[in-house]
Amino acid sequence: MSAVIDAKGLGKRYGRKWALTDCTLEIPSGHVVGLVGPNGAGKSTLLNLAVGLLVPTTGTIEVLGDRPAGSPEELGRVGFVAQDTPTYSGLSVADHLQLGAHLNPTWDRAMAESRIDQLGLDPHQKAGKLSGGQRAQLALTLAIAKRPELLILDEPVASLDPLARREFLQILMETVADQGVSVVLSSHLVADLERVCDYLVVLVGSHVQIAGPVDELLAEHHRLIGQRRDPATLPSNQEVIESSQTERQSTILIRTTAPILDPAWTVEEVGLEDLVLAYMGQAASAARRARPTLGLHK
Amino acid sequence: MIEFHLDTRAGVAPYLQIVHQVRRALKLGLLHEGDQLPTVKEVVTRIAINPNTVLKAYRELEHDGLVAARPGVGTFVTKTLTDPSLAAHGPLRQDLGRWLAKARRAGLDDESIEALFRDTFRSAREQGVA
Amino acid sequence: MIWLTWRQFRTQILVVAGVLAALAVVLIVTGPHLVSLSDAYLKSCHTDRDCGSTTNPVMGTDGKLESGLSDVLLIVPALIGIFWGAPLIARELETGTYRLGWTQSITRRRWLAVKLGVVGLASVVVAGLMSLMLTWWASPIDTANANRFGVAVFSLRDITPLGYAAFAFALGVTAGVLVRRTLPAMAGTLVVFVAARVAEATWVRPHLMSPVRATFPITTGNGIGFSLTPDGLQVMTNPPNIPNAWAITSEVVNNAGQSPTAAFMKSACPSLANGAQAGPAGGGVRHVRVPGNGPGPQAFQDCVTKVAAKYHEVVTYQPARRFWAFQGIETAIFVVLALLLAGFCFWWVRHRLS
Repeated sequence: MSAVIDAKGLGKRYGRKWALTDCTLEIPSGHVVGLVGPNGAGKSTLLNLAVGLLVPTTGTIEVLGDRPAGSPEELGRVGFVAQDTPTYSGLSVADHLQLGAHLNPTWDRAMAESRIDQLGLDPHQKAGKLSGGQRAQLALTLAIAKRPELLILDEPVASLDPLARREFLQILMETVADQGVSVVLSSHLVADLERVCDYLVVLVGSHVQIAGPVDELLAEHHRLIGQRRDPATLPSNQEVIESSQTERQSTILIRTTAPILDPAWTVEEVGLEDLVLAYMGQAASAARRARPTLGLHK
Repeated sequence: MIEFHLDTRAGVAPYLQIVHQVRRALKLGLLHEGDQLPTVKEVVTRIAINPNTVLKAYRELEHDGLVAARPGVGTFVTKTLTDPSLAAHGPLRQDLGRWLAKARRAGLDDESIEALFRDTFRSAREQGVA
Repeated sequence: MIWLTWRQFRTQILVVAGVLAALAVVLIVTGPHLVSLSDAYLKSCHTDRDCGSTTNPVMGTDGKLESGLSDVLLIVPALIGIFWGAPLIARELETGTYRLGWTQSITRRRWLAVKLGVVGLASVVVAGLMSLMLTWWASPIDTANANRFGVAVFSLRDITPLGYAAFAFALGVTAGVLVRRTLPAMAGTLVVFVAARVAEATWVRPHLMSPVRATFPITTGNGIGFSLTPDGLQVMTNPPNIPNAWAITSEVVNNAGQSPTAAFMKSACPSLANGAQAGPAGGGVRHVRVPGNGPGPQAFQDCVTKVAAKYHEVVTYQPARRFWAFQGIETAIFVVLALLLAGFCFWWVRHRLS
């Protein structure tokens, strides 16, 4: 399976601040990839680098085997919906479809028009007068109707109400089922990602924390509950992601591919949300340790 | 045609939820031999889940011999799971209803009822009864 | 991309087309009248030998219209820069719609090239049409005034407005690309454009070719006058009326190149130096104050004769035959500037906006 996004040591710096650091990813095709992380983690930066709106400071990135925005053909194979779904507020819905038709040789006019029909959008309505959900649907239609191989969506549902969010994801999944397009979508809401994503990338503090197919990740992570114990005493093939202790009990989230043989533990499965939270927490405490203290002495 | 739903809080993998829902429908006689399962496209359009999830579920059901995929046409039920005990469902349902009423009168809430049932079911199974 | 640029630009260009059409109607209606008026006058003028431009009727009735239209053409390039140039890219950057444009199947280079090309062409055409109409319509007035080369008229006729429009447009786009906000870009464009035009007209244009020097005797016909300043009596002249030439400087000097000193003036024109200003009755003089008991026209005439004996007027000017050369060079300067700015925009958008 070829990679839709191949990043090696990718980094982007704004002034003194690194928005993305040493990102190495090989995202296979044929998946719906969730890019999750807190705000400011670098998700938008990574996606903008993937569509050529930004240029790397360090490292390289290849999308569908080509340089991002390297040629009109490459641009035609990647559909993009930017954050806040920008549209021309003075142009009507029909105008936007014309835009797509004129600027994309692979435009499927019939599909675009039937989509708009299906969504119940008035073609003569100015895009500025559409609701947030409708604008997002319009932007998605624009990205889909050129029949891309890869769809990149930057927090497309972040500012939508639950119904609009659900409708957006429905259309997106229908497109995946129909056209077999690969999708990379970013969000800071894990619940949405759980139902649609089968590949996960966790990005925290400009670094990639973990990446892989969802069922593999869920199979490899377990929650151990048992008598209070020092996490350092765990076998070396069990990587500790997160641990918490009470007086009597330890709860430790580990990652391992080997079977867990110690009978003293109660082993539980970990849900996707908890998994992501654990990695976000791990990164946050690592960042805290690295930060210089204020030097307050008791 | 059967309709699926996804419970994200269930702690059960989405594809397994679909498998279970098909099996349950077969058991309860809601799906008969020859019935067509919804297409992948129909399912994902309805409940916004990953198409691979549906494909995985249908493949597992096919592996279990319950359905068969006919390329270009759809996925069809090949075997029902209705057991002869279907007739016993009615009275069993009534018994259960009475037991539940008793539990309520004794002051148990939803959680305790569920926990009590689960515990009893598990230990009965371990003992080879259930 | 041409469709998209047109669609975004549609309303503005239609409004401007409407205005141009209305303008054309006004000019077509009043034009022939102006021509016939001028023809009749010139005919009578040949027969009656009364050809002062101040008596030419075209100066009176349509003079106001001419100055109004000239004012409009004066600001048209600036308006183009502000309203068509500045928002072209800045708007897209400000609202984020560039993220939509740059992810369609079109390179950033082509996106920018079409935008610049379509709207830039429209700018030049609009300015050109306006200039064409105004030049045609005002031709009788310009002939009567014989001031085509003057600073006021030179930039509002023929091909110079095209250069200004191209430059203003490119300037606006550049400002928008650098500042990334529409309103500040508009303000910046206006300031820089005005400064550039003024600077060019003041310091560059006079020296595009070396001015010609000519010497004229001082006579009362040249609109000479005297004014009493704290430094003493001074001679003031208007440059002589060289038809359709552009007089740049004029000085009153002697053969050694010196201006009349205050002492000389006092000895040459004592009554004027002591009294108030005076000049011949009639037009063409800057300061005219006829005092009650002051020196009259005879004293004035004597003064002129005395000054003319030692001094003459030296004028530097660009002769009329250089008019079209100047038009061409001036337009070329601004067009080249516009192209340089456009090139810069290309480079900036491709390499720095990431």
